[in-house]
Amino acid sequence: MTELTELGVAQIRDGVASGDFTAVEVAEAFNANVAAANDALNAFIVATPEKAIEAAKAVDAKRAKGEAPGKMGGVPIGMKDLFATKGVQTTAASHILEGFAPEYESTVSQRLWDAGAGMLGKLNMDQFAMGSSNETSHFGDVVNPWRAAGGGNAGLAPGGSSGGSSAAVAARLCPAATGTDTGGSIRQPAAFTGITGIKPTYGRCSRWGIVAFASSLDQAGPMARDTRDCAIMLEAMAGFDPKDSTSLDMDVPAWEANLSPDMKGKRVGIPREYRMDGMDADIVKSWEDGVTWLRDAGAEIVDISLPHTKYALPAYYIIAPAEASSNLARYDGVRYGLRELPDGANLQDMYAATRSAGFGAEVKRRILIGTYVLSAGFYDAYYTQAQKVRTLISHDFRNAFAECDVILAPTAPSAAFALGDKSDDPLAMYLNDVFAVPASMAGLPAMSVPAGLNRDGLPLGLQIIGNAFDEQGVLNAGLAIEQRAGFTAKPEKWW
Amino acid sequence: MSVDTATVAKIASLARIKLSEEELAAMVPELNAILGWVEQLGEVDVSGIEPMTAVIENHLRLRADEIDADPLTGGGKRDAVLANAPAAEHGFFGVPKVIE
Repeated sequence: MTELTELGVAQIRDGVASGDFTAVEVAEAFNANVAAANDALNAFIVATPEKAIEAAKAVDAKRAKGEAPGKMGGVPIGMKDLFATKGVQTTAASHILEGFAPEYESTVSQRLWDAGAGMLGKLNMDQFAMGSSNETSHFGDVVNPWRAAGGGNAGLAPGGSSGGSSAAVAARLCPAATGTDTGGSIRQPAAFTGITGIKPTYGRCSRWGIVAFASSLDQAGPMARDTRDCAIMLEAMAGFDPKDSTSLDMDVPAWEANLSPDMKGKRVGIPREYRMDGMDADIVKSWEDGVTWLRDAGAEIVDISLPHTKYALPAYYIIAPAEASSNLARYDGVRYGLRELPDGANLQDMYAATRSAGFGAEVKRRILIGTYVLSAGFYDAYYTQAQKVRTLISHDFRNAFAECDVILAPTAPSAAFALGDKSDDPLAMYLNDVFAVPASMAGLPAMSVPAGLNRDGLPLGLQIIGNAFDEQGVLNAGLAIEQRAGFTAKPEKWW
Repeated sequence: MSVDTATVAKIASLARIKLSEEELAAMVPELNAILGWVEQLGEVDVSGIEPMTAVIENHLRLRADEIDADPLTGGGKRDAVLANAPAAEHGFFGVPKVIE
């Protein structure tokens, strides 16, 4: 029999349901992988093997009684540390929330537990989801399980902000993990580690109980080994929640049952503005491969234009920090988390000392940018202008979807880069999300699927962007690519 | 537009973040690089364009006017609310003295 930790979500769910193995056996196998790998990869901030076993026992007991084990029955998963988990430390990888044990469970994680999933632990990430390399975590860098051929043992970034999630899935520490995407935080790490991840339409997954970064952009989604696994897990995560005022009051489609790689009659748009000067040759090649595969699947390829593409990233770096500066005002040393109270400090001193000690450099940088662009005299020049540009970006997509059904583009401008490569240059780091941010700004569903390996033997991802509410179209195109890319590579085990 | 040390110190004070002299000195060029880069938004013609307010069309809902309709988010949760407070005292959040 195949090792249990080589199985994905669908295989585990089906194997548990048919009695090929028990949920407890699966949980034990993944618990062992987590314990053996975490010193080297640092993917988990907290491991919760007992939670995984407890959930698995419940699923096995249900099955023994002849009850349905659930959509995710017997599947142990990793939970990004941005989701509030009752009684289990939830930090958003920050010092300011170190030791915080929520009194409640986030809607998305609760839905997963209700569907029969179990928790292997809380996954490392960029602090408050601000970063693209998982180097801003208070709990240390996550190391990408992939290594460049001939690159020695240099540690590579697993992408970010969901870097613990991507590393853990790629290294077989969990068959799937939750991620969140504000400006590429599911797709870029998925691409860097050769896995699949989808950010659904804004509002599909409840934000209730997810530590807020930029509320008009934040959206949860699954990260797993293939398209089907993502479809299954997204069904379990999505759904209307009255506790989130931006939650979509719509039924959750049967994404898994309706998966189809047949692209006949579908038009795939290739945005000419994504072709940038000096683009990495391997990225260009994988994009061309994607076009060939989708054409082979029956799709018609059309050139489209998204004229405001180059303005999406600068607009994002006004809007996201602005929202972050408001959202993170809640960390004041009074209600939860860290308190720094220097001798003789008054209340204002305490706020400033607490936030100084509790936030990392990137978080401070973004709060300051956000505070500045929202301040009197600058608000219109920066924030209002950025929100107008955001309207134009949204119009661009609306016009494009009159001419095509889905859009194909690279996920990131490069393969995984080395840890430390960009950490001294915030702007260079931001530019890594150039292809991912436009879809976030328009609230559209977007996915990354593995396309192949580059010249250094590192995975590359292709991105599919769909119209609002058309996760099915995105997943189907992803499946068509997946079937033709035949991506079976996995990182050689060194940890 | 660019910011100087005094401006960054003022922003940091508004954001209630204490910065050391070194942090302040490092932050000034970093913020200027970012602000210089976002300047390019000024070249976009936005005449007649409304700023984005909702990325996906949605309507604001009203909940029923019922007390504790959802027990999870209703009242009677004092101890749970205080459970993670760094200094909870007598059923309240404790803070340094604010009135002389």
